[in-house]
Amino acid sequence: MQTGTPEDDSAQEPDASVPEHEEENPDAPYIFYNDIVIEHFTNPRNVGEIDNADGFALVGDPACGDQMKLWIKVDAGYIVDIKFKSFGCPGAIATSSMATQLAMGMHIDDAKLLTDDDIVRALGGIPSNKEHCSLMGVGAQKAAIRDYEQRSSIKS
Amino acid sequence: MNRPTIYFDHNATTPLCPEARNAMLPFLETAFGNPSSYHHLGRQARASLQSARRELAAVLKCSPAEVVFTSGGTEANNMALRGVAAALKDRGRHIITSAIEHHSVLKTAEALAGDGYDVTFIPVDAQGVVDPECVAEVTRADTILISVMSANNETGALQPALELGACARRHGIAFHTDAVQTFGKIPMGAVLEHADLVTLASHKIYGPVGAGALLVRRGTPLASVITGGHHEHGLRAGTENVAAIAGFAAAAQQAVSGLDTEAARIAALRDRFEERLLATIPNISINSRAAGRVPNTSNICFSGVESESVLLHLDLLGICASAGSACTTGEPEPSHVLRAMGLSSMQAQGALRFSLGRSTTAEQVDMVVGVLAGIIKKLREVSSL
Repeated sequence: MQTGTPEDDSAQEPDASVPEHEEENPDAPYIFYNDIVIEHFTNPRNVGEIDNADGFALVGDPACGDQMKLWIKVDAGYIVDIKFKSFGCPGAIATSSMATQLAMGMHIDDAKLLTDDDIVRALGGIPSNKEHCSLMGVGAQKAAIRDYEQRSSIKS
Repeated sequence: MNRPTIYFDHNATTPLCPEARNAMLPFLETAFGNPSSYHHLGRQARASLQSARRELAAVLKCSPAEVVFTSGGTEANNMALRGVAAALKDRGRHIITSAIEHHSVLKTAEALAGDGYDVTFIPVDAQGVVDPECVAEVTRADTILISVMSANNETGALQPALELGACARRHGIAFHTDAVQTFGKIPMGAVLEHADLVTLASHKIYGPVGAGALLVRRGTPLASVITGGHHEHGLRAGTENVAAIAGFAAAAQQAVSGLDTEAARIAALRDRFEERLLATIPNISINSRAAGRVPNTSNICFSGVESESVLLHLDLLGICASAGSACTTGEPEPSHVLRAMGLSSMQAQGALRFSLGRSTTAEQVDMVVGVLAGIIKKLREVSSL
């Protein structure tokens, strides 16, 4: 039953007795990984470990599906080397790879400002149910830089 | 991508066999009548429907009056659980099922639990098999239905449907079995004799999607869930999908003819697949391997890798398989079946299901083993575990 005018949304209280159905936007295209994501997944950049790294981070929980280890080498405030290892879905591997590619060569002050959106944008988008994957790369990066800063503050 | 497709996902669905296709064609073209109509097109459709029913009944060695056509396995499972629950609600409200059922049983049982029924989900052992003694132990005076699948769709593990059926019969309880994954894969005469309700699906046996059946033994209390016209012995209203039903019956006949030979051929391919994988790839485990299994199903845990990543690598090479974990659908929870078997969430993350079928050859098996070895090596090199 229509109460109020179409403009008057306040008059249409949601009816709690009507169960909410899962809605799918009929106009939304079926989203799969794009070619950039697949390319980073099949040929991930900067895979490996760094001996004597200046910063290290371990984020994620493999029991929940993903985990990332990140090593950085810092010289004069710049990330001169970066390596990762990730356990996870294609989204997790591709975003890990892109996160390291973006951070390589950056000053740590700039790398700290990288967001998950930056990674997703650099990959040309990622399926919405995989967006959380990009948080892991950003989180690992911030944590590795934090680790580097703590180590250098102890040294100095 | 011009690679030929290698299809190792027959437990999800199967391609239409020529026999089913040919049986369907007239109803997609000229014989379009409604089986309930008076005129000659209607009578023709009705005759075809009854002949499909007789064909399927002959395959199942039951009476045509015991075959209720549905839209598929999910509907048949809903019909069995909801139909018995409604018919016997004044006699009792206790339902027993297992922790590893297909979601069309699990979610329906949960819905019934929300409607005031008392549902017991029995656990499985490490091989993914229900213990019939567990079922006997939880049986009560107000138990009205036991529903346990004949074989699990993820692991292929055969369930003790015979013992459960006998136990249910001793206690005067209705027994339903979801036989979607056994029908057409192994001879199932004995199971059919011991069950009051049996769920079958057409598209798992090279028939079309959109048809299935519930075998309802004479005398089984079952209320109609979908009400309307008098179709399907008054148990399932709605104009019959004659084309799909005709295809289903033809596919069923085809599936049981030469079943022993085909089952042995596929079992040999599955064993070859598993033996070669074990010899080639370290740190893998085959789930339910010590249990009796349907011959086509292989569920494997690859430690240190996540299943969707394996699945995508396979897909990029034209190979279709299926993940044991549900992360592919955006659900973070890994397989309820593997979790019920006691696998850790992490182990279950790395599970894949390969289900072979009529088109599978030894060359395909060897190729998939080789490809998998490369994929797992690559992913383990990237893996933080």
